[in-house]
Amino acid sequence: MILDPTSEKKFTSRELLARPTGLSGQTIGLLDISKARGDIFLNQLESRLTAAGANVLRFRKPTFTKPAPVDLRHEIATKCTLVIEALAD
Amino acid sequence: MTQIKNPLRDGWTLIVKRECATCVMVVPVIARLVRELPSLTVYTQDDPKFPDGVVSISDADLSASWHADIDTVPTLIFREKGIETKRTVGWQRSEWRELTGIADLGSELPEFRPGCGSMSVDPDMIDTLRVRFGGAVLHSRQIEFASAEDEFEAMFSRGLTDGLPVVPPTPERVMRMLSGTSRLPQEVVAIAPPDLVELTIEKIAINAVMAGCLPEYLPWVIAAVEAICTDEYNIHGVLATTMPVGPVIVCNGPGTRAIGMNSGVNVLGQGNRANLTIGRAVQLIIRNVGGGRPNEVDRATHGHPGKLSFCFAEDETNSPFTSLAVARGFDTSQNTVTVFTGEGPRCVVDQLAREPEALAQTLAACLRTVHHPKLPFAFDALLVLGPEHARVFAQANWNRERVLQEIHARLQMPGGEIVRGAGGMAEGVQEAFKDATLPKFRPGGLLLVHAGGVAGLFSSIIGGWVSGATGSDPVTKLVTA
Repeated sequence: MILDPTSEKKFTSRELLARPTGLSGQTIGLLDISKARGDIFLNQLESRLTAAGANVLRFRKPTFTKPAPVDLRHEIATKCTLVIEALAD
Repeated sequence: MTQIKNPLRDGWTLIVKRECATCVMVVPVIARLVRELPSLTVYTQDDPKFPDGVVSISDADLSASWHADIDTVPTLIFREKGIETKRTVGWQRSEWRELTGIADLGSELPEFRPGCGSMSVDPDMIDTLRVRFGGAVLHSRQIEFASAEDEFEAMFSRGLTDGLPVVPPTPERVMRMLSGTSRLPQEVVAIAPPDLVELTIEKIAINAVMAGCLPEYLPWVIAAVEAICTDEYNIHGVLATTMPVGPVIVCNGPGTRAIGMNSGVNVLGQGNRANLTIGRAVQLIIRNVGGGRPNEVDRATHGHPGKLSFCFAEDETNSPFTSLAVARGFDTSQNTVTVFTGEGPRCVVDQLAREPEALAQTLAACLRTVHHPKLPFAFDALLVLGPEHARVFAQANWNRERVLQEIHARLQMPGGEIVRGAGGMAEGVQEAFKDATLPKFRPGGLLLVHAGGVAGLFSSIIGGWVSGATGSDPVTKLVTA
């Protein structure tokens, strides 16, 4: 018998919201993680999304090496109806 | 785990065992004490029928012996209102007489005979007893293995190892590990990334057992973990980055010698238990408690072997310089860990330089290549100066500050050499900097440590990671018992 070396954390699962049928009228958040030239990519994305009828809000976290501050995460959750989440590199 | 309480009562208590010749010798004395001291309770560790002719209580589970902190039998104790006020160990006639007030006690016995070791301090028993009487402090879930299951394989298959076998963290081993600190097992030391969970002393001790640490290493592991879990150090980013870096732990202070750390021959290599297991424990904690695993949150493109463990001591005893810890505001009597985010070490060879300027020139040229010779300012570095290189500087009376100043002076890079495209290399700074002069390292971005074997005109460079508030700052913490 051994003692558990992990955090013993229990992850809660949440039900997904219904998927939207289209982008029109949705408010979409794009979070710039502050990596070099990331803005070029996000600018392109914003123009494509805007053309598709979405409202785009831009956010930026102070550094790509640390998680987004809790207040910023709250602001994104409050203001947006959709978030496009992706991993850099 | 339930805890067995202290069974000792007020009045007289005597603890003996039949296996002890001194206990056997004092049997007539015990018989007299039973007659004259009505409150006397006799505990026997081994044979419950001993002493012959006396009603005794079996201390087969050693609870009385453990709680009374008995290391020798016979031991005679007197307690009042729950507090021990008198104690004698072994047989010393005058002391037994004085304590009991029986003037002619043991006249037929010699004046003195030493006692025997208590079963409660038997090295084969001590770990079991620590769990039996103190195990209630452990809160971690217990994981049972099937009887046919190989415990080492079981830990691999449950994803609990770093790719090498680990020592199974049984309650006995964890309790022994906890004896290395005065801090309580449930004290929360830090919030561990990336899962942002509370990291307790108990969880640190469990992973320290797995890494192969001795209890005296535990305070060093705790301090290192406290250091990497600060916002300044930013272990979350260090773990998640695609760059090949991890915590490099530099230990300073007299405690490094006391626990046998290596600061000399093969200092960054294999072979020293303290160096290797302290560093390994820190990595296991981030893996197991923090939840940071390769190919999950750890996205390193290559990583490096030091992500298993990268920990060493500075050679302060033979150093001509002030130590890293002193340079960072501590004094030589204090034990500290400094955590630096680094890649694997690389060697600097200069076997010809006898003048400090020439050696500084070599070191600067090699340091310029950290991550890319055309990238300024963004990355720190740790320079591990070998003793033979340090001697070149010492003979010219260059101190730590002078060495760093001279190296920095040689690392001012003309913009024209490092703009994008220069030298046929696309990497570099923007064209706007072509007329500027940019330093390779930010102020304080080059750390100096003296370590290594006494033979070899070599030093070692450990390149850093994104420096400062954007990435990671070195952090130094005191090591406390």
